[in-house]
Amino acid sequence: MSQAECVECGADVSLHDDLEAGEIIDCATCGAELEVIDVSPPVLDRAPELEEDWGE
Amino acid sequence: MSVGTNADTPDASGGETYTASVVGGTGFTGGELLRLLAGHPNVEVTQATSRSATNKTVGHAHPNLRGLDLRFSDPDDLESVDVLFSATPHGVSMGQVDDYFEVADTVVDLSADFRLPEAAAYDEWYDGHVSPEYLEKAEYALPELNRENLPGAELIAGGGCNATATILGLKPLVDEGVLGPETGEVVVDVKVGSSEGGASGGAASSHPERSGVVRPYAPTGHRHEAEIEAYLGLSVSFTVHAVDMVRGASATCHVFPDGPVSKGDLWGAYRGAYEDEPFMRLVSGGGGVYRYPEPKAVAGTNHGEVGFELDPGNKRVVVFSAIDNMMKGSAGQAVHATNVALGLPETAGLGFGGLHPVGSP
Repeated sequence: MSQAECVECGADVSLHDDLEAGEIIDCATCGAELEVIDVSPPVLDRAPELEEDWGE
Repeated sequence: MSVGTNADTPDASGGETYTASVVGGTGFTGGELLRLLAGHPNVEVTQATSRSATNKTVGHAHPNLRGLDLRFSDPDDLESVDVLFSATPHGVSMGQVDDYFEVADTVVDLSADFRLPEAAAYDEWYDGHVSPEYLEKAEYALPELNRENLPGAELIAGGGCNATATILGLKPLVDEGVLGPETGEVVVDVKVGSSEGGASGGAASSHPERSGVVRPYAPTGHRHEAEIEAYLGLSVSFTVHAVDMVRGASATCHVFPDGPVSKGDLWGAYRGAYEDEPFMRLVSGGGGVYRYPEPKAVAGTNHGEVGFELDPGNKRVVVFSAIDNMMKGSAGQAVHATNVALGLPETAGLGFGGLHPVGSP
């Protein structure tokens, strides 16, 4: 199992073996949703935010 | 005594067993102590006292503990134990502490009676102190703040729930120097549930009056300001609202640092403070429905949730923290501190992970 750095909080994120580009995973430390940009080597970026009215 | 009320990992069992009593067992935090200790692999509760319910079963006061084979006894007949937990109202323990130490090696007090380090503070914020010689002996219970001084402590002073929520939220910023006695302004707004008022209640706590309120019950001058200042070295502008929850304390801290702070600085501070803490969770704008600390998510548990957001336009950092006021804010904190004091696994007896979904906590 490989690891990559969370772009939100900097923690190590454990990556499963059959990772695919475009997949959305979440960071176990901060909960941020992260998009897999590349798999070899693994590159993560913030996933697009879910557009939702949170009562505003 | 055993009852299947608390799911704990079996790996904490097999060590030394300590006898314990709970003085003031009919109150809400007394009930929470009994629930936690009943599932604690290293503790055997041999006595629970109550002046109002002497000779009645524990289940009479706490229906979730109906399986417990234990009856309340008179608080004037204290039995010898290893650890005595006192869950009495403020002002009782300071008058009884000599008696407590006559029967117990370790005393854990959940009231405000020993949580401030200076007697003068009791003159200013409470009604004075009748046993000030014990203040120097007392150790503040919150392990995230005072873990290094808890091993071997004989008198453990539980933190106040609103203060605990606030301290957990702000401590990483103090540790990193973002906040200090001369640095930055802090405004704290805490929302609390009705259990904070205790089991005896009063007119303001009756259901028709309490239901549905968002009531500023302490707009200024709340006693917990003294505790925050004593342990963080910060003066905060502090307001507390009573809201329509049974359990929970949710602190929103508006912080105005003197200099610029980045999101990376904040994550570094909070991860550094809490990443290895067994009961702290960082919840800060991530995915899912619950993106910031939420009392519902920690109800019944000893967990604390902390999160933050940056408001660069206003040069503000807003910090959120959520705890169960009776757990991390009282009974859970007391058991955690006792585990540290006795050298037991820190999470022993505190394994309950909460419920989801759940209604108003």
